Amino acid sequence: MSTPWQEQTYDLLRAAGVRQFAYVPDAGHDYLINRSLADGEVHAVALTTEEEGVALLAGAHLGGDRGVLLMQSSGVGNCINLLSLIRAGRFPFLTLISMRGDFGEGNPWQIPMGQSTQPVLESCDVTCLRIDQVDEVVPTIEAALTTAFQTDLPVAVLLGQRLLGAKKF
Amino acid sequence: MNETAKGDGGRAAGKTASGHLSRREAAKVLLDDIGDTLIVAGLAGAKGDVLSAVGTDYPLVFAFGGAMGAATAMGLGLALAQPDKRVLVVTGDGELLMNVGTLATVAVANPPNLGIVCVDNEHYGETGFQQSHTAFGTDLATMASGAGIGAVRTVREADELAEAAAMLRQGNGASFVLLKVAVDDPPKVKTVWDAAYHKNRFRQALLGAP
Repeated sequence: MSTPWQEQTYDLLRAAGVRQFAYVPDAGHDYLINRSLADGEVHAVALTTEEEGVALLAGAHLGGDRGVLLMQSSGVGNCINLLSLIRAGRFPFLTLISMRGDFGEGNPWQIPMGQSTQPVLESCDVTCLRIDQVDEVVPTIEAALTTAFQTDLPVAVLLGQRLLGAKKF
Repeated sequence: MNETAKGDGGRAAGKTASGHLSRREAAKVLLDDIGDTLIVAGLAGAKGDVLSAVGTDYPLVFAFGGAMGAATAMGLGLALAQPDKRVLVVTGDGELLMNVGTLATVAVANPPNLGIVCVDNEHYGETGFQQSHTAFGTDLATMASGAGIGAVRTVREADELAEAAAMLRQGNGASFVLLKVAVDDPPKVKTVWDAAYHKNRFRQALLGAP
């Protein structure tokens, strides 16, 4: 099932030249993952851990490609040391993060990393752009693409649970 | 276990491994006649093996100085971006163990232009020269096969290197060579630390712009 903002997000990524979609399985990114898997023009790469995606996208840039890492906030903690590759090499980096441990969370295991996601990313010099409302999606994704790929900086778009809805338990 | 080789002094003094090949000499054979292969060199010993084989002036190599565990996944992204070029990752047993799941990621994506060499001296040579898991029976070639990589070879003898080098250059799918080497501590190859410099030099040579 998709909503228009998810379709718009995919179209914006593709229009900006994103050709590698690195992902870990995630309900919040279900639509983007399935679209990329069905798209013969892109590589959808299933990861075993999120940090692989950081390195994969640096390799994509080395080869002249653009990519995006689709992950959940809990995966951010797995990426930290490899973000040193992004900063040391001044690689562009774009990640879309579906938040857990956020607005309306009911699973206490998700709270710690959810609350740490943004401060931890910012401590690694990753610019965080947060989306909580549907009308913020298109301008925020556009802004993230511009900054990541025109200034070679790492950018994370945080998709909040006000936007995605909290998982029911 | 094959014959045991002793380290030849320095930090490796007294350390032993099951392999007896010289890592620098073996890597030189695998990287011979490299053409315009795109190379990702993992940190520490693997970086030295690559740079001593191809020279520090070869621009199409990205050499890590840190970010342990990243080399193989970076090679995968590069191989997917450049399907018409050969891509070679050279990493070590310690680094590969840190992100061994990447072997599964590579196997599933299975880019035909990606070869991986793991130089296995059964030690963490960059840090305290402690033994790695491969000193106690962990077989990274078996793990690569189990991950689903189709073309896998273990090299223990010099006369096996040519066949392994040919396999790394074939185009049927991702390939993996486990290179079992002796423990030694060859002189470091000096290069610029700056990762952005290496990235820009690589992209300039490959794409014509940094």
